[in-house]
Amino acid sequence: MSVLAAIRADDVNLPLFLHVLGAMLLVGTLFVVAAATVIGWRRSSDAVGLTRFSLRTLLIGVLPSYILMRVGAQWTEAKQDYPDDFDPAWLGIGYVTADIGALLILVSIILSALGLRRLRSGSGLRFGRAVGGISTLLLVAYLVAVWAMTAKPS
Amino acid sequence: MTGYDRRDVSLYDWLLFLHVLSTFLVVGALTALWALVLGTRPASPMLAAESVMRFGRLGGILVGVGMGGAIVFGVWLAIDVDGYRLWDAWILASLVIWALAAWAGGEAGKAFARDPIGRRQAGIRYQALNSVGILVILVLMIWKPGA
Repeated sequence: MSVLAAIRADDVNLPLFLHVLGAMLLVGTLFVVAAATVIGWRRSSDAVGLTRFSLRTLLIGVLPSYILMRVGAQWTEAKQDYPDDFDPAWLGIGYVTADIGALLILVSIILSALGLRRLRSGSGLRFGRAVGGISTLLLVAYLVAVWAMTAKPS
Repeated sequence: MTGYDRRDVSLYDWLLFLHVLSTFLVVGALTALWALVLGTRPASPMLAAESVMRFGRLGGILVGVGMGGAIVFGVWLAIDVDGYRLWDAWILASLVIWALAAWAGGEAGKAFARDPIGRRQAGIRYQALNSVGILVILVLMIWKPGA
């Protein structure tokens, strides 16, 4: 393996750190939402509590993590100073998953806010399940993105 | 975008992916465990005890699996890459901190499992130690001081 793999300009480190940390926290918070939904589905006696836990985690944790990941990504790309025609598959996969992810996170935030309001009157579980489903989908997409970012195909 | 060819991805790429994936598992599961700590504050508990135990057990297992994967693939990478040696200061420091973080994580799990209420503060302290260790390792992995 070439030593080139270890070489990176120093001023890329901070933005890359923020990008990676944001991505890890994003995956972590999405995992909380998905896992709480699945456990709540199987344990109907605590379904309301788990759904509330899941929806609050999404509202509090997912958006800040996404912003940290996305800003870190843009800052890293700017610091790398790639040529204008630089368009590898791994970067494209990163952009596609991030942009579609933003849309789905926005939908999840709206559903979470509605779901938390409905939970006060004892309903709203369907909102929680929808958000859990979207979070699982996003987790799979980000798994592909992590592979693309590290393995860098083409 | 260009097409993907399986041959484009080398052993180094796969090792790096598995190493980073393991780290994602650790930080992801730790995030879940911190969410659980916040969701079970004595003043406003959100979850039933059985759900907490199930969630906590899942998080603990994932932290363990992730830390195992991170060390195995990390050491493999250090051996595979020409520019790295296992005795490089930043790698040695990471290995020592990894061991401390793993011990702290184990103690946190034991504290929460034995007595989730009475040993809660001890569990939180150990979990914080584990999390700080993982964060310092992440800093070392990105900056690679001395490499």
